[in-house]
Amino acid sequence: MRARNYFVGAAFALLAGGMAQSAMAQDIKIGEINSYSLLPAFTEPYRKGWQLAVEEINAAGGINGKKLVVVSKDDSGKPADAQTAANELVSSEGVAMLAGTFLSNIGLAVSDFANQKKVFFLAAEPLTDAITWSKGNKYTFRLRPSNYMQAAMLVEAASKLPAKRWATIAPNYEYGQSAVAVFKKLMSEKRPDIQWVDEQWPPQGKIDAGPVVQAVAAANPEAILNVTFGADLVKLVREGNTRGLFKGREVVSFLTGEPEYLDPLKDETPEGWIVTGYPWYSIKTPEHDAFLKAYQAKYNDYPRLGSIVGYQTIKSAAAILAKANSTDPEKLIAAAEGLSVPSPLGEVTFRKIDHQSTLGAFVGKTALKDGKGVMVESAYKKGSDYLPGDAEVEKLRPKD
Amino acid sequence: MAFYVVQFLTGLASAASLFLVASGLSIIFGVTRIVNFAHGAFYMIGAYIAFTLTDRFSGAFGFWGGIVVAAFAVALIGVLVEMVLLRRIYHVPELFQLLATFGLTLMVQDLVVLIWGPDDLVGRRAPGFKGAVDFFGQAIPSYDLFLIVLGPVVLGILWLLFQRTRWGVLVRAATQDRDMVAALGVNQKWLFTSVFAVGVFLAALGGALQIPRDAVHHAMDLRIIVEVFVVVVIGGLGSIVGAFVAAVLVSELNAFGILIFPKISIILVFLVMAVVLIVRPWGLFGKPEAAARRTPGLTVNPWRPLTQNERLGALAALIVAAALPLFAGNYALTVGSEIAIFVIFAVSLHFLMSVGGLASFGHAAYFGLGAYGIAFLAKMAGLPMIVCLLLGPLLGLMGAAVFGFFAVQLSGVYFAMLTLAFAQIVWSIAFQWVSVTGGDNGILGLWPEKWAASPSHFYWLALGVAALVTCGLRIAVFSPFGYALRATRDSLLRSEAVGINAKRMQWTAFVIAGTTAGIGGALFAYLKGSVFPDNLGISLSVDALVMVLLGGVETVSGAVIGAIVYKALNIWLVSQTDLSKLVLGAFIMLIVVVFPKGIVGTLEMLLQRRKPLAPPGPTILAKPIESAE
Repeated sequence: MRARNYFVGAAFALLAGGMAQSAMAQDIKIGEINSYSLLPAFTEPYRKGWQLAVEEINAAGGINGKKLVVVSKDDSGKPADAQTAANELVSSEGVAMLAGTFLSNIGLAVSDFANQKKVFFLAAEPLTDAITWSKGNKYTFRLRPSNYMQAAMLVEAASKLPAKRWATIAPNYEYGQSAVAVFKKLMSEKRPDIQWVDEQWPPQGKIDAGPVVQAVAAANPEAILNVTFGADLVKLVREGNTRGLFKGREVVSFLTGEPEYLDPLKDETPEGWIVTGYPWYSIKTPEHDAFLKAYQAKYNDYPRLGSIVGYQTIKSAAAILAKANSTDPEKLIAAAEGLSVPSPLGEVTFRKIDHQSTLGAFVGKTALKDGKGVMVESAYKKGSDYLPGDAEVEKLRPKD
Repeated sequence: MAFYVVQFLTGLASAASLFLVASGLSIIFGVTRIVNFAHGAFYMIGAYIAFTLTDRFSGAFGFWGGIVVAAFAVALIGVLVEMVLLRRIYHVPELFQLLATFGLTLMVQDLVVLIWGPDDLVGRRAPGFKGAVDFFGQAIPSYDLFLIVLGPVVLGILWLLFQRTRWGVLVRAATQDRDMVAALGVNQKWLFTSVFAVGVFLAALGGALQIPRDAVHHAMDLRIIVEVFVVVVIGGLGSIVGAFVAAVLVSELNAFGILIFPKISIILVFLVMAVVLIVRPWGLFGKPEAAARRTPGLTVNPWRPLTQNERLGALAALIVAAALPLFAGNYALTVGSEIAIFVIFAVSLHFLMSVGGLASFGHAAYFGLGAYGIAFLAKMAGLPMIVCLLLGPLLGLMGAAVFGFFAVQLSGVYFAMLTLAFAQIVWSIAFQWVSVTGGDNGILGLWPEKWAASPSHFYWLALGVAALVTCGLRIAVFSPFGYALRATRDSLLRSEAVGINAKRMQWTAFVIAGTTAGIGGALFAYLKGSVFPDNLGISLSVDALVMVLLGGVETVSGAVIGAIVYKALNIWLVSQTDLSKLVLGAFIMLIVVVFPKGIVGTLEMLLQRRKPLAPPGPTILAKPIESAE
């Protein structure tokens, strides 16, 4: 099983040794951490994505002639375990940088570790705004569009809706709370006439969907903001469909257009939701075509959003390492700040001001096609257009 | 008005799903006394198999047939598990079976992903129950109505089974007094197997019936297991009617609670359980447990302080451990620190469990409180590290003093579940009070000061504290206080008759254990440089239990070995394989079978056998009593 994760398998038998570095002097190692056992639905495509990237990079001659090796670890979905893994990667595998993570609290834990140990960290997936703003630090960069950016993209579409009475349904943890808070704030700025009539906070992964749907319906909103995803989303959609919650109501929903969350819904996909996501079937650009072809040729499967994130994380990391031509963290930071790299979704830049990448997301509407959920009328929104002004970012981010 | 009626019915539908699973757990526990941690796993397998069957065979017959076949298939798996695994370990200390079922649960979580893949699966809707019924403008899913009817029907069938069949009479008798049932010549093996099969059948049926409204995925088991335990305890152990009433109570409170407090779901069941147990210590429909006939002390090798040679041996082991920085790298040292911290955590729980006879399911609360104590003192008050380390655990002490006062009023599983409820309440406060605790994003930047920052220094600090704590607790075991505490464990009545204030002894032990756990948590905060609600969570409490049981609950310091083995193996496996849960689960099940008294417990027993000169009295006495079971 493990062989897939390791491109070089011999070194890790030495648990205690610092010998690993000398044995691999010609390779450049990236330490990668993610919640493989807890969230396989997301991390399996993610792993395929970064494995493809590693293959492409080494086929093209590696990083300045050196072979790229990714050492991957599971964090069991716990911040404390993620730090143990980070420590192993840094102290005993001698990696040049850390990358990965999915959950926000794990991303923050590793980012704090990176700051303390002075290691470069490229956060792949965590969406929390804190990782680049309120708890940002100079060693941490982040690839995916943040909560704020996705909220801003959705607000752009949502504010054009006539609906005035809004209700929210979000998982009761940081991600859900901050998504709702940012959405409300941006929305109320654009549309002061809006009323927030109800909010529901089911526990993450444990939604009791029937009562939640009833409670929202009782408040009689004209539009609903949904932040739940995964199994919770399935339950919510099923109950909502049966009970007619979505009939005649606009729904705006975070992440629902991502194949990871949309595909399981199959013929129960609700139509006309405004969502962020990844419609891989309708993106017609040369960059994406090349990625799609390579991915399908290697895996005989279609990519999920996780595949893009995994692929681009390692591609970006390689570009940073190549530009720095060194594994010194300070030089890596200098190389990464302001660096522009190509991606399947177009060029992205790692901003100097807050270390956020300008990778964007697709906004579109859900629809049913041949008994499957798809995203239609989708358009790519560049991340750079949905970030607050520099003066505001300066205020949000602590000085290093 | 129509809305409230519909909300009530929706609550009833949720209650029916919960009841099906809970009733099975209640029956199993009532008869076999097994805390069946794998009940959620059987629920999940039921859903997965039902998904495959209903997907494969179309039509109404395919659907309903698939559900029933799935439940029977899982019941068969349950029988296999009972006969191969659990049957071997009925005679060992209570709760040890928890370890076996925990191992099974770990394995199943990885197995379902291997078999069915990582994606969430959405099963088809039930034929004939796809739509909704209109009720004064409100829609009620017809499948909900089906569940609302099914719940009482199952209750009725179970009631008839228990009241009107010979098997039911035996089950009820065994629930009340299984020793007596055995003494009357009933074949317990057969009874236990059949009860286990019925319980597992109900769990799998509950899981299979979820497929028209839920997604099938590999974390379903954890989502339900704690909740059904809570329902069973609120209702009263072994009481089916109690489980039904509790399921309705919890579901309705949730359905109406979210209208007023939308964030209540996360903690509601635990609040209800805490209130119920404080007011009614045996749950709503439970009866006081009969006084244990077996005196636990008798099956134990008599405890004694270490001999001179053993002391030297322990000292030598400590010196070897302290020499680790001479030849190990930074990573090994950090892992070493983590293991030392978990030794502290495990021995603190071990003290409460083995000396006090009180098994806590929520011990992580005091570990986490110690960690949060550090976070508050260091981040808000800005105190130096050494002061923080001294004062931080006091938060654990305070928590233990308050919760312990209520908890020691109960005993057995009720005690365990009340501690769990308190731990979950503390967890949800840490999780929800974002402005103070940072919510689930935690508090960052708690790194140790310079003098302790290097991995070797921190390792020595953690090792030193672990050694001190272990010695301190051993001294407590052999102090007059320790003897008095053991007296309350072995016989509450007799100890009170000789003038020991049992509740006060147990409370003191609880506070000692909580404070010690707080010390571990304080070090942990500095090791990781951060604090998260995870540090108070159920999985950490379960880890502690596993460490104690692995080491051997009937030993004086078995938890030290249990913590080292479990934590080292866990860290190593997570690092080496994505299937760490599968391997760890298999390992735990192997240990359970090979070392039925825990690693240290079994080794001690073997040593005892080889030494004919051991104190003869208690061992001779123990033999007939053990075999009489």
